[in-house]
Amino acid sequence: MTPLLSIRGLHKRFGAVVVADNISLDVYPNTIHAIIGPNGAGKTSLVQQLSGALRPDAGTITLAGTDITRLPIHRRARLGLIRSFQIVSVIPDFTAAENVALAAPPKIAAAMLDRVGLTAHATARAKALSHGDQKKLELAMVLAARPKLLLLDEPLAGAGPEDTAPLIALLRDIRTDCAILLIEHDMDAVFALADTISVLDGGKIIAAGPPAAIRANPTVRAAYLGEDAPC
Amino acid sequence: MSQRFHWLFFLALAAIPALPMGTDRGFVLLLLTRAIIAAIAAIGLAFIVGAGGLISFGHAAFVAIGAYTVAMLDAAGYNFLPAVLPAALIAGALFAAATGAVALRTRGVNFIMITLAFAQMVFFTLGSLDSYGGDDGYTLAARSAMLGWQPLRTPAGIYLTSLLALAACYFLSRTLIASRFGRILRALRQNRARVQTLGFNVFAMELTAYTIAGAIAALSGVLLANATEFVVPAYASWQRSGEFLVMVILGGAARASGAPMGAIIGAFAVVLAEEGLARVTEHWRLIFGPALVLAVLLARRPTA
Repeated sequence: MTPLLSIRGLHKRFGAVVVADNISLDVYPNTIHAIIGPNGAGKTSLVQQLSGALRPDAGTITLAGTDITRLPIHRRARLGLIRSFQIVSVIPDFTAAENVALAAPPKIAAAMLDRVGLTAHATARAKALSHGDQKKLELAMVLAARPKLLLLDEPLAGAGPEDTAPLIALLRDIRTDCAILLIEHDMDAVFALADTISVLDGGKIIAAGPPAAIRANPTVRAAYLGEDAPC
Repeated sequence: MSQRFHWLFFLALAAIPALPMGTDRGFVLLLLTRAIIAAIAAIGLAFIVGAGGLISFGHAAFVAIGAYTVAMLDAAGYNFLPAVLPAALIAGALFAAATGAVALRTRGVNFIMITLAFAQMVFFTLGSLDSYGGDDGYTLAARSAMLGWQPLRTPAGIYLTSLLALAACYFLSRTLIASRFGRILRALRQNRARVQTLGFNVFAMELTAYTIAGAIAALSGVLLANATEFVVPAYASWQRSGEFLVMVILGGAARASGAPMGAIIGAFAVVLAEEGLARVTEHWRLIFGPALVLAVLLARRPTA
């Protein structure tokens, strides 16, 4: 199977700080590839480089056969690389339906709202929704944009315990439509969802593989999972 | 005022030349024509400020470019309106596209300053055009006309023509704001990164909006040159750019979604208040300034 997203030899440094040190990874269609790592490991910088907000110093990013390394943000999005933000990002003064309609015709927008379970709030302004519902709304928006690859930057951050389980179910459901590159701190969610996990530390991938292998990896346990690792 | 009754507003304005006004008729019509012409430019500015969040401090430059297009063609012997009008609109749009391509790389205060800088360039360039009177301006040899038909010859004619243009700009603005383009502009004003990452070329959209506003302002300039039969670099002065912003802010259009009726009301309020206060005292700005501050402070926050 050919990978949907291919990163090869990605380098990025800010002065003395190396945020991406020869990162190479592949994301395959209809899989969830999780990136984990301690704070400051370079996860957000990687997301920025993939979405186009940051230009890498070296390396290539290929999406479905197209070299997107130097494409602007909106061109990448049109090729199917759609991201969500760590801090929920919606249009506050628009209703939920209007938010989703930015990305798709009304019919598809309504279907996406239904898929994330927000149909009842379609006419509510986004800023009036609960934080968990805003997260769902952002998911509906990115889904409406017909992603090939979803770049989800901590989709569970800030979601209450009652929202976490439905969101995890939703992400698993989304995988049938597209691939997901998942940045997430909730280890239970990562191990429940991911097909492949890459562990980032100091801008370097220190381990990559299926969840079971990562969980057993002594380097990873020392660097990141620590004593709290789910076993 | 509900939007359904906006057409009544235009109808009432259209009836004004028919009213008995005696010897004041010429003066009243010219005053209202000035307000209408200002309102046209304000509609374009309200669109980019309200919908796009682009606070341009150089809007008068586009008006002056429209007016000077009339003057330059007049000096060359052309006053055929169907040629003068498109030439002015294209000139305004081209200048907006060229300067916007630079200015839109900045945000916030920098955008305000760079649009001001471009307008000042226009102001001083026009002042240096000796063949068009330099700082003293240039008096038109003839108003724009159409093959013997001269709709702009009488005060009522220019008033009604300007009113027609105002109504056209009003409906254009309403249509744009309600369109998908307008909705995406409003969205990107609130959350640029989100709109961009959904696949929209936000720079191109803002540049399009800016260019449309420039063309509308140039239309206002064509009418201004014909109403006054005169063009002067002061049309591009920063004070006039500031006045357009005052109109937009006063009308509440800056905070709502760029709704054109707010800009129209703001323009009428400013032009008429200036005229009225100037009759009371030559220090009318001492009253106008605090009144403006009060209006902004007391204005009701719109829900959208």
